[in-house]
Amino acid sequence: MPIMNIKKFSFTYAGADHPSLKNITLPIKQNKITALIGPSGCGKSTLLRSLNRIHDLYPGNRYDGKIELLDLQSGKKNNILEIKKENEFIKLRQQVGMIFQKPTPFPMSIFDNVAYGLKIAGIKNKTELQNRVEEALKGSALWNEVHDRLNKSAMGLSGGQQQRLCIARAVAVKPEVLLFDEPTSALDPISTGAIEELLVELKKDVSIAIVTHNMQQASRISDYTAFMYLGDLIEYDKTENIFLNPKEKQTEDYITGRFG
Amino acid sequence: MRLTINKIFLTLSVLSALIGLGFLAWILVTLFIKGLSSFHLSLFINDLIDGGLRNLIVGQFVLAGLASVIGIPTGMIAGIYIQEYGTTKYADIIRDLSDIMMSAPSIVIGAFVYALVVVPTGGTSGLAGAIALAVMMIPVVINTTDSMLSLVPKELREAGIALGASKYKVIIDIVVKAAKVGIMTGILLAFARIIGETAPLLFTSETSNYFSLDLTQSFPSLTVSIYDLANEPEESSRDLAWAASFVLTVMVLLINLSGRFITRNKK
Repeated sequence: MPIMNIKKFSFTYAGADHPSLKNITLPIKQNKITALIGPSGCGKSTLLRSLNRIHDLYPGNRYDGKIELLDLQSGKKNNILEIKKENEFIKLRQQVGMIFQKPTPFPMSIFDNVAYGLKIAGIKNKTELQNRVEEALKGSALWNEVHDRLNKSAMGLSGGQQQRLCIARAVAVKPEVLLFDEPTSALDPISTGAIEELLVELKKDVSIAIVTHNMQQASRISDYTAFMYLGDLIEYDKTENIFLNPKEKQTEDYITGRFG
Repeated sequence: MRLTINKIFLTLSVLSALIGLGFLAWILVTLFIKGLSSFHLSLFINDLIDGGLRNLIVGQFVLAGLASVIGIPTGMIAGIYIQEYGTTKYADIIRDLSDIMMSAPSIVIGAFVYALVVVPTGGTSGLAGAIALAVMMIPVVINTTDSMLSLVPKELREAGIALGASKYKVIIDIVVKAAKVGIMTGILLAFARIIGETAPLLFTSETSNYFSLDLTQSFPSLTVSIYDLANEPEESSRDLAWAASFVLTVMVLLINLSGRFITRNKK
């Protein structure tokens, strides 16, 4: 059962004549990692950024089609493209979290970074905040490194630690889906390894969609892979099928490095 | 040939720099010699009526302080609007207007506030002076806030939104905080600028020989008094003007240096 269902989805940037995404139909399956791959400009980031409607920060974009999100508490499916009210947006973003290419620690302490989303979600009780922050930091494999300096500024952490802090911050609010936009492309190989392990660990509790330029990364960690090209979804299948037995010629050319 | 041109250019640059610095040093040395010779600690105890500067220094800080209370929030909110909310067209108009205001001659701002506040209220007052200084300060604060916020990466805003924060919360909790050091430095420099202004106060607050905190009356001002004292025929008045200039310069210098100190320590 997919947690998100993208149906005949098209997306046009403000002021553009042609859509950047054309008629995409794709499931994001529950407790699985779905990788979006493709050459630069294929629309994979645009698609990912539609899933929590972060595009709406910049006005004038056009969405067509449907993106359904399964609400695990009520069991209802909601079309997130119909969201208009501020409080619905807040709820959507609490259900669908996001981690960016560059680590984005807020200019505050490590503790406050992780507690930020929780406070917005209305948790005020101090003990509960502390427990949730600890749980999130442990879940992101960062607790051992930072437990004695929670009140120090997050800006003092290394790049890999900052990225895990951002994951902890997103995990803390217990989202249903986490979106990763090339989360390791600014990191060294060791930090990248740590994040990849963490992603595989995280899928027990959360469904994951990840955009990556690194095909080895997609083949190492993802369960499903979608190959996109120039705004079209070319092929979607189990990761091993995409990499070992692609049906489309374009997919094969891309994963064997013949173009892209 | 190219080496010769290189040498000539280098010599010219060094020479120009030395001329510029030479004049600055000349001003400072003259100021320090003349100022220090008539400087005395009793200047900080007596008011102008008794040959001291106490009321003037306090008055100048009150005027600049009140101007900051008006100017800093107004300028910051306007700067936030331009950078975070303004649709491109409106934001650009306000940005241009603010730039024009920044280069408006300060005497014009004095005349503007004279017509706007002094004439209707029937006389010069501390409040009018503070308003004139605030008008000078606002565009500087707008400009600093605007440019410092523009340096905050957009991913940081998106990360806040992606956690479910509303736009105003992201701006207050994250964006402004990330730009805090730059904005604070800019505000301090704006403060240093208005505290040394004479022209906007000349016919708005004027000055007073007595200690006063009554903002509805003419208000003691160090800069306007320097102007007055320097025009007096007596030697003693002119000596006092030198001492006052010295005190003012040291004040402005200290504020500027602390601005730099904050920036360096936080970076």
